[in-house]
Amino acid sequence: MVTRDRAAEIFNRIKNLSTADEIEVLFSGGRSALTRFANNVIHQNVEEENHVVSLRSVFGGRTARAFTNKFDDESLRRVVASSESLAKVQHPDPDLLSLPTSQEADRERPEVDVKNPGAKFPSRHFAETAAITPQMRAEGVKTIVRVAQKHQLTTAGIFSNSESVEGIFNSRGLSKWHTQTLAEVSITMLAGDSSGWQKANSPDVTDISPQLLAQVAAQKALHSARPAELPPGKYTVILEPAAVLDIVGSMFWDFSGMAILDQRSFLTGRIGSKLFGDNITIWDDVSHPLQTGSPFDGEGMRRHRIPLVENGAVRRVVYARATAERMKRSEQKGNAGPIEPTGHGFPLPNEMGEMPINIVFAAPQNPQSVEQMIASTERGVLVTRLWYVRDVDPYEKIVTGMTRDGTFLLEDGRVGKGIRNFRFNQSLIHALSNVEAMSTPVRSTGEEAFDMVVPAMKIVDFNFTEVTKF
Amino acid sequence: MKEIASWALDTATMRGASFADARVIRQRSRALTTKNGKVGSASDAESEGMNVRALVDGAWGFAASEDLSRRGVEATAARAVEIARASAQVKQENVRLAPEKSVIADWTTPYVIDPFSISIEHNIDLLLKIDAELRAVAGVTLAETNLNFNREEQWFASSEGSEIHQTKYSTGAGYAAHAFVGNEIQKRSYPNSYGGQWQNKGYELVEELKLVENARRIAEEAVALHNADQCPEGVFDLILDSSQLGLQIHESIGHPIELDRVLGMEANFAGASFLTLDKLRKLQYGSEMVNVVADARQEHGPGLGTFAFDDEGVPAQCTPIITNGLFTGYLSSRETAHTIGADRSGGTLRAEGWNRLPMIRMTNISLLPGKAPLSLEQLIASTDRGILMQTNRSWSIDDKRYNFQFGCEIGWEIKNGKRVRIVKNPSYSGITTEFWNALDAICSRQEWTLWGTPNCGKGQPQQVMGTGHGAAPSRFRGVKVGSAYKGS
Repeated sequence: MVTRDRAAEIFNRIKNLSTADEIEVLFSGGRSALTRFANNVIHQNVEEENHVVSLRSVFGGRTARAFTNKFDDESLRRVVASSESLAKVQHPDPDLLSLPTSQEADRERPEVDVKNPGAKFPSRHFAETAAITPQMRAEGVKTIVRVAQKHQLTTAGIFSNSESVEGIFNSRGLSKWHTQTLAEVSITMLAGDSSGWQKANSPDVTDISPQLLAQVAAQKALHSARPAELPPGKYTVILEPAAVLDIVGSMFWDFSGMAILDQRSFLTGRIGSKLFGDNITIWDDVSHPLQTGSPFDGEGMRRHRIPLVENGAVRRVVYARATAERMKRSEQKGNAGPIEPTGHGFPLPNEMGEMPINIVFAAPQNPQSVEQMIASTERGVLVTRLWYVRDVDPYEKIVTGMTRDGTFLLEDGRVGKGIRNFRFNQSLIHALSNVEAMSTPVRSTGEEAFDMVVPAMKIVDFNFTEVTKF
Repeated sequence: MKEIASWALDTATMRGASFADARVIRQRSRALTTKNGKVGSASDAESEGMNVRALVDGAWGFAASEDLSRRGVEATAARAVEIARASAQVKQENVRLAPEKSVIADWTTPYVIDPFSISIEHNIDLLLKIDAELRAVAGVTLAETNLNFNREEQWFASSEGSEIHQTKYSTGAGYAAHAFVGNEIQKRSYPNSYGGQWQNKGYELVEELKLVENARRIAEEAVALHNADQCPEGVFDLILDSSQLGLQIHESIGHPIELDRVLGMEANFAGASFLTLDKLRKLQYGSEMVNVVADARQEHGPGLGTFAFDDEGVPAQCTPIITNGLFTGYLSSRETAHTIGADRSGGTLRAEGWNRLPMIRMTNISLLPGKAPLSLEQLIASTDRGILMQTNRSWSIDDKRYNFQFGCEIGWEIKNGKRVRIVKNPSYSGITTEFWNALDAICSRQEWTLWGTPNCGKGQPQQVMGTGHGAAPSRFRGVKVGSAYKGS
């Protein structure tokens, strides 16, 4: 693993080779391993170690970036030459800012930062996770396979672990480093005509129980056997947290100052408006105990805790440094919410600007468990996860996708039979205006969006338009 | 590089591997974009590393590292063996590899102009010229352009004696104009959405695409969509342009024929397939006009799925997938060939890079053109009541690949053989086999294009791969149109 000291030494060698006015060097990489199983056997089992250094060179308003995963002198000379030759032929960009100093990057910003009393950035590196061996992962898989075999099911999934680093050094003295571990287990249980799924991840492997996840996935597969076909239409749905994550994921690209400037966001002209129900409050909060990730952005700016939506009203979007400066000069500044750098920028140069990536839904005033939501539902649909979610209409925020791996009819306050999977075409604006009940938010992970802290939701009038064959 | 591979193979076999292969890979890429008159991003990337795949006690292990020193390579090989032994703790049968002759070969993508030899200034000037054309049209609120160049050099060696040196080039280019008015964002892309056209070619692809010449028209269409009527909802005859049909092939034929999906290996992530083994040579996948091949050979064209050898050393092949509508073939590998009674792999195992395990991937999955001469305009002229849809805007399909829904950037309503009006937000949906059985006309060779899909995701850890899809505009009878906007 590349350490902070080794990274500093590489940065100094690059600095000595550079002829640019300013430079910024990003480090990323680490070790990762993944054991994959299907049909109750391990069929793929991989491990890799890789570290990438990327150099951004700046010459008077012109900048470009080059990447390499080799740290010998010749490779570093080449990455310096690539970055400089790319930068020198750019047209000067009047919006390009000088690199931030540590003071600027870490400055308290009371105008943007909403304090989280008592919050301290938690350690996200756990030796126990980093030390997982192939044999230990195989033992975990054996546990999962035993649950499958007990129920005459077959199982497919993964058990993975990683140890990663993220660092940034610039020629104005800024230097930041973050290390993290992550363990992840994802399980699909398959019966003849049904399936069930569960997935969890955490920096600390002891938070994850393969046995428990396997049992829940198995129960879903067993209970959804011989699925019935229901007609498409509007239903009350209960989305488990993973399904909520899947469906809301794409909208957070739009909570970006650059997306507003580009007029590609569904929030264009809507910041300050009440778009969702009173019960929807959403934060971006990297320091939340259930979140992961580094406390700085692609320029090294400290990530601030930002209220994105409060009681259904879109309060603000996030800003990289340069986006904030551009917005202040823009005709749209009056409709762009509070405009200050929030620490959410992507590494420069880029076209997308920034986005919030540590989403936390606030707990409702009266949280209900999924069981309580089911008990109060006369007729509805319980959804485990969603699949292939894509934007249909970028401004009305209509998204389409399928249900998957455990979809059930709810009748008279109880979980009934399994049903064939539905296709939905649903406006997120309408869906988040129709949330009748929510659970306490939990850390959730799926395949359609990045990890978030989200509740389960009971939503009325959810729009299923088609049904598939299984 | 040969030496590195031999260190890896020697270590793996010495430590007990019954079979091993090693790949040493050097990748280079360049990405340039502009946005609204400015360079959006400019980057160069290099990556180099190696991997070992080892079969021990009948189970697989795979390890990859950036470290190409002898000590590093031997440690990586030893790790692959150790991982394989762990895999063997949870197995039922030994892995069986279909036999393959060892080969010593050297191959490079045929290209005319090395894309890395073109100056960055020239490329940026081209992109800014396109950008200016797009933004010259009043109403365009966002103009985006891109150029992408890739080069991958791979040294492959196996414990069976193969030594293959392969260098592949690919190029991508395209742009999009967005127009935001009131409560609506409309977009047009050229020559395709999501980065344009991609092929295994040099810079000559950029010169062939007539990028500047089409920019004004594309921008005008983006703006015109705001004054267009909403695409009607109902059942229509549907004509798809070749790029949208390419994606339709990718999602509803290319993925379901992947044998690893069929066998359940992707069930947790990318999904399974409705195309169970009992359907081979029995299922009427499409109408009798439907002939689809998986063809990785250079003679098929410079698709993103074109190569000389796959990533386990199997030569490129052409496999008939659908023959006169009948389902006739899967995409297979050395490990999976025996499950369909084949005595040899179909040669489709590929990996994203040096740090990823090769897996079954689409090569060039192409719908062969119609034999009788037929242009798009002639096809329209023979359609009484239909919708022509062009350029993908959204795509979604269930995890067994039955139910799909696609949205396109632009549509034209057809009445009595004529385009009568532009319609906005067109979409269509259906069930895979019902859809392909509704095909009743395919345009001929002069309308056929081999499109590149550069962003196909699959596997855990996820890998992104380029695939090729040849198609000519085609007509499908009685398709459900417009339900994406119904009641949402």
